[in-house]
Amino acid sequence: MGKIMKLSREEVLHIARLARLGLTESELERFREQLSNILENFEILQPVDTTDVPPTTQSIPLQNVTRGDETTPSLPRDEILANAPQRDGEFFRIKAVLE
Amino acid sequence: MTGYQLTIHQAHGLLKKKQLSAVELTKSCLERIRQVEPKLHALVTVTDELALNQAKKADQLIAKGDSNPLTGIPVIIKDNMCTNGVRTTCSSKMLENFVPPYDATVVERLNSCGAVIVGKSNMDEFAMGSSTEHSAFFTTRNPWDLSRVPGGSSGGSAVAIAADEAIYALGSDTGGSIRQPAGFCSVIGLKPTYGRVSRYGLVAFASSLDQIGPLTKDVTDCAIVLNAIAGYDNRDSTSAPYPVPDYTKCLTADLKGLAIGVPKEYFVAGMQAEVEKALRAAINKLEGLGAKVNFEVSLPHTPHTLAVYYIIAPSEASANLARYDGVKYGFSYQETDNMWEALEKTRQYGFGDEVKRRIMLGTYALSAGYYDAYYLKAQKVRTLIRREFDQAFEKYDALVTPTSPTVPFKIGEKLEDPLQMYLSDVFTIPVNIAGLPAITIPAGFADGLPIGMQLIGKPFGEETILKIAYAYEQATDWHKRKPEI
Repeated sequence: MGKIMKLSREEVLHIARLARLGLTESELERFREQLSNILENFEILQPVDTTDVPPTTQSIPLQNVTRGDETTPSLPRDEILANAPQRDGEFFRIKAVLE
Repeated sequence: MTGYQLTIHQAHGLLKKKQLSAVELTKSCLERIRQVEPKLHALVTVTDELALNQAKKADQLIAKGDSNPLTGIPVIIKDNMCTNGVRTTCSSKMLENFVPPYDATVVERLNSCGAVIVGKSNMDEFAMGSSTEHSAFFTTRNPWDLSRVPGGSSGGSAVAIAADEAIYALGSDTGGSIRQPAGFCSVIGLKPTYGRVSRYGLVAFASSLDQIGPLTKDVTDCAIVLNAIAGYDNRDSTSAPYPVPDYTKCLTADLKGLAIGVPKEYFVAGMQAEVEKALRAAINKLEGLGAKVNFEVSLPHTPHTLAVYYIIAPSEASANLARYDGVKYGFSYQETDNMWEALEKTRQYGFGDEVKRRIMLGTYALSAGYYDAYYLKAQKVRTLIRREFDQAFEKYDALVTPTSPTVPFKIGEKLEDPLQMYLSDVFTIPVNIAGLPAITIPAGFADGLPIGMQLIGKPFGEETILKIAYAYEQATDWHKRKPEI
């Protein structure tokens, strides 16, 4: 508890990398400031007694919702590929993963 | 009364009696859109051609006697619900040119009723925000004061209905995104119980909190729209497999025997005096209508809900928005041969400020070493918040609160201070955390600016809050006031 340390530049860069999010130098500084402020506000939760309290992932009592293993028609391939930034015939075209 | 000013039930009556055609009604709304849009900027896309085609088909259905309450009635859809063949942008550069190859379930259901879609409404990018200022395209104006925000994220839908650009609209609500703008614009807004309305085809923000609902000109219309969109859908695994009642059947003006609680924690410092005054008067009105009101209700975890929300929602968002990789659809950075650089730049240039902030926040909360302290802790406190509501609902049929602590704020006022912006949703967020239904209805004005009252119900207790809202609406005429544009 108490005041948490302001995020370091390296921490912000680490998070951005995990999220695969490019940041400009000014965004980096601004987010460092703003995220630190927001995280400080989250400290309000630490004193709350949650011993033996199960987590809630969603609010209605449904479990293991599955559908029958049946084949149904998919959307037409051309309609799906119509939104592709780069396509090659019937494929999405991407940049080389291995150089 | 001109066509565009009608409610759903009024228009339906005229259509059935052949005193109005769906094409006439649609043209009236499209003309109204042309007239007010230059000032309000509520819409990202106007779908004139689609609307007129749908209206012609609706007129044919009506002529055959094959109509229902939504046949031929113009609707505006928030731009985060997929519309087959119509651009669905989420007000983001990332999806600026995205044309879905399928309809969201709610759109499919409205279309099967013979609906007429006249446009797609502006919003905060990916529904993250409370003012529409985070739209990548433009900020929507509040029709009651053009220098103020309309609320968000469904600001475009709320403004469109307040300004009569269509007869009703759909919005989505993750932390107040239907109710807060409805309150700021003096229209009706309902967030149904989590699971009541299918999320299939709603662009995902925070999947355990998102819910679609109606924005309408009166409570009867709200019930009519809910009838059409509620119900089980096997394409949404969190869709509730429970029967759907006829929500128009519960609309009676007598509240005798109903117990309504007023949670203490919602009347605290920081609330605008005029808002509190209007709410006290509205609560007196409910008492006058026969409800038993108790002011001693306590929800002690209320101060924790904002932190719980701003851990859970960004965490889910950071996972959901991982799909925007510039490969399958959407904006794609092409000025490099390096895959990782392309991915990072696609997201850097495709996402706006608030979306990036939330992705960062969520990624942090889920990252190694912080998961237990933030995400898991928030989910446990979420359980406590829900239990607290459950306990209150053992004694009360509904809870009443203000929708927002203030009237609409000025454009730009909170843009540089994310925490202040987040605080404008402090009364609406607990409802999403607990998965409850809640409705906002007009409850007064302060210096010409709208004040909303929020009624919170038990899980799947939409009928009770609709009934209370209806009785209040019958006894007041706030909902009849219209902004001069």
